[in-house]
Amino acid sequence: MEWETVIGLEIHTQLATQTKIFSGASTAYGAEPNTQACAVDLGLPGVLPVLNEDAVRKAVIFGMAIDAHIAPYSIFARKNYFYPDLPKGYQISQMDHPIVGKGHLDIEVDGVTKRIGITRAHLEEDAGKSLHENFHGLTGIDLNRAGTPLLEIVSEPEMSSAKEAVAYMRKLHELVRYLGICDGNMQEGSFRCDANVSVRPKGQIEFGTRAEIKNINSFKFVEKAINHEIQRQIELIESGGKVVQETRLYDSVKDETRSMRSKEEANDYRYFPDPDLLPVIIDEEFKAHIKANLPELPHAKKLRFKTDYQLDDESASILTTSRALSDYFEAVVKASGSEAKLCANWITGDLSAALNKGDLEITDSPISYERLAGLLARITDNTISGKIAKQVFEELWQSSASADEVISEKGLKQITDTGAIEAIIDKIIDDNQDQVDQYRSGKDKVFAFFVGQVMKEMKGKANPAEVNKILKEKLQG
Amino acid sequence: MYNKSLKELSHGLKNGDFSSVELTHEYLNRIKQHQDLNAYITVTEEIALQNAKDADIRIASKKADPLTGIPVAQKDIFCTLDVKTSCGSMMLDNFYAPYNATVIEKFNQTGAVMLGKLNMDEFAMGSSNETSFYGAVKNPWNINRVPGGSSGGSAVAVAAKLAAYSTGTDTGGSIRQPAALCGITGLKPTYGRVSRFGMIAYASSLDQGGPMTHSAEDAALVLQTMAGFDPKDSTSVDLPVPDYSANLNHPLTGLKIGLPKEFFSDDLNIDMAKKLAEAIEEYRKLGAEIKEVSMPNLKLAIPAYYVIAPAECSANLSRFDGVRFGHRCNNPVDLTDLYTRSRGEGFGKEVKRRILMGTYALSTGYYDAYYVKAQKIRRLISDDFKKTLTEVDVIMGPVTPTPAFGIGEKMSDPVEMYLSDIYTIAINLAGLPAISIPAGFINEMPIGLQIIGNYFTEAKILNIAHQYQQTTDWHKQTPKGFA
Repeated sequence: MEWETVIGLEIHTQLATQTKIFSGASTAYGAEPNTQACAVDLGLPGVLPVLNEDAVRKAVIFGMAIDAHIAPYSIFARKNYFYPDLPKGYQISQMDHPIVGKGHLDIEVDGVTKRIGITRAHLEEDAGKSLHENFHGLTGIDLNRAGTPLLEIVSEPEMSSAKEAVAYMRKLHELVRYLGICDGNMQEGSFRCDANVSVRPKGQIEFGTRAEIKNINSFKFVEKAINHEIQRQIELIESGGKVVQETRLYDSVKDETRSMRSKEEANDYRYFPDPDLLPVIIDEEFKAHIKANLPELPHAKKLRFKTDYQLDDESASILTTSRALSDYFEAVVKASGSEAKLCANWITGDLSAALNKGDLEITDSPISYERLAGLLARITDNTISGKIAKQVFEELWQSSASADEVISEKGLKQITDTGAIEAIIDKIIDDNQDQVDQYRSGKDKVFAFFVGQVMKEMKGKANPAEVNKILKEKLQG
Repeated sequence: MYNKSLKELSHGLKNGDFSSVELTHEYLNRIKQHQDLNAYITVTEEIALQNAKDADIRIASKKADPLTGIPVAQKDIFCTLDVKTSCGSMMLDNFYAPYNATVIEKFNQTGAVMLGKLNMDEFAMGSSNETSFYGAVKNPWNINRVPGGSSGGSAVAVAAKLAAYSTGTDTGGSIRQPAALCGITGLKPTYGRVSRFGMIAYASSLDQGGPMTHSAEDAALVLQTMAGFDPKDSTSVDLPVPDYSANLNHPLTGLKIGLPKEFFSDDLNIDMAKKLAEAIEEYRKLGAEIKEVSMPNLKLAIPAYYVIAPAECSANLSRFDGVRFGHRCNNPVDLTDLYTRSRGEGFGKEVKRRILMGTYALSTGYYDAYYVKAQKIRRLISDDFKKTLTEVDVIMGPVTPTPAFGIGEKMSDPVEMYLSDIYTIAINLAGLPAISIPAGFINEMPIGLQIIGNYFTEAKILNIAHQYQQTTDWHKQTPKGFA
């Protein structure tokens, strides 16, 4: 039988606010346990939550970026369950009235664009962490993360392969970082994914029973976990079994998913509106302000790069994968006064290669946009050739000198003095009469030999255009 | 000194007739003398004397506020820095908050003297102060009777003159009902007028702190200190605080008083009806016009309240899990054991009953039938009040169905106990301000008159109550042995 897969993703993005969603404690990662948890985060008696406006702003920014309906009225609800890392015994979340309604995101898989619906995105607080190691049979609780603002982004069940799911997740990851609402750090848990997976015979309209795979924290694991789960479900059904609705955990070491709890064991969360918090009212003025300050989105930027800078599709795509990279590119163009295409080639070529090799982000580049621009300006004004530029680039990567300093220190300045070039050419013609005869008898290929000899003699610093021109004149006699 | 009004005490202190330290000693002695009433859970003698010394210095340097140097006792629901805050529960018998409630902070800033923390029904759930882990509080008018609840200790501390005034909280009548049963004045402000920060939550959408005093004049001074917007409480309202004492003497000529026929039906105790009629007559003499009004949805208040309040409390009390603070059972074998035994041991019967009711009301399949429906009723009740308050200035009625009942009398019948709040609960559902003032005695036990006003009209309610207290002396009566 032929099978069809249905996948929906729930992605928790940690919003990059300075303080927590309902308290003034810091959200910085990696502090000593329980040093960033105040009375509100600890759920002490009598304390009350106060909503962080910046979390609301970031949620609205996201909503606008996916073209979603922004709820003029949204409310926080309590999701009740007991767990030691959930201090109040309930999580403040949103249920019936989420802040962001229906929107969409376009993904590209194998050159085909597909629109994935986003059902909703809602604000909620994160829980703390239970630490099971080093406590001799006891469990430690770290509440630093408790109260960190999350935006849970729920997609429609509209992806039909692990590949599409990964493309969606990558696109979303790129978008939230672009918008500056999430740092996207997956190791630190700033961007986490739950996947709902089901299979059905091809052509069937009803969905199959789904399993939810929890907390998959890398693109690679999402693909593997989903593919594993699809396989498991198909094998189960084909061998006469039935998929049960349950929550499963992905074990990346064994590359398998295993059951965590079934639907029957699931909590009744008893959601109800949180009486400690007022409804969130978002008016037109608030939205207009955010809209006016919304950064240019990747797709729009890519189109602009193609028209304004005459870049090809591939370069424009690469340069718009992150806001930092596109900002770097535009800064280089502006500062160097060089052709955009030259800048694009250097950034997507030599610079990207060097960054990849060093496992560095563009923001950590040892060569600032000013220094790269300094180098490209010297190519443009013919001070150095492209070949010499690569040599200068190496120097820039290693040192903190400017391109001009490197060029003058190493004596790499291109020789454009025609007298000097002529003298050398005359000498080479004299010394290589055989080759001159060959050229004059029609062997054009020999021309390259003369260029090579001149460049060798001049240590590569001669202006290639000048060399070509003079050589041609002299050889033709 | 303890028979003086707050205004007189303030005057005496400023005049040098007596010092705050002397006054504080007098109250501390009375507290010791009358320990059998069980009004206090914690007496903070050292803090009180330190506060008094500081107050005397402040008074001497002419920087005194009206309440500077006057001893107050706080309901043990307000968190106090480094002083035990038990909320009347074994669960918090070991709890010392690392912060002050905003209300406590305000009293500290004004230079009040804190005598201690007052007994109350466990987590403010009860109408007789019998659910306290620290035992029942006795009514000074008859020590075999309950003082009402949940602010029973607060009412008794004032009635027996074990504090110049006290604070209470009112979720369904917890200030007004004990005030009525102990013959004192108790004001529940508009929801949002007094900060709830640091006030341990029972039902967050209904809880409101307020003053418990001998008179409306005293209540005006105390509310002045308690009221105001607090950025730490999202539900507190950012409106200016008026001068509550400024219009106390405003004449009542032309005041329109509404009497809901639902409050004065044949079900009302005949003695109570008679006493209230006398009080209303007093208002007529003061120039008020009396009008019958109708609020048909009032009868739904008790069932709606007993869905909403337990639902909120079931979540509010989840944080008491034995993990971070409060009671923890001995030697838990696993997490479930830790939860079930810590909570099973730490909470009393009434608290457990309300957590169970609330959990049930919020469960899948029952949420719409109970919680959602109760919220609709709440809206209808609010609308009834809003409409009525366009026809009249204030609404008057009973506070309780009867005077104080006997200790132990209603403990076995929770529904009967819940009905003691039948006249007060609707006001919390609507979020309106209301006061209970002494209006006479039935069989030597005090009863109260309730005055309900429109949102944020506490000044007007206090004016109306004060005028009555200028022509009557019910509020000046003192139980035998406490004068």
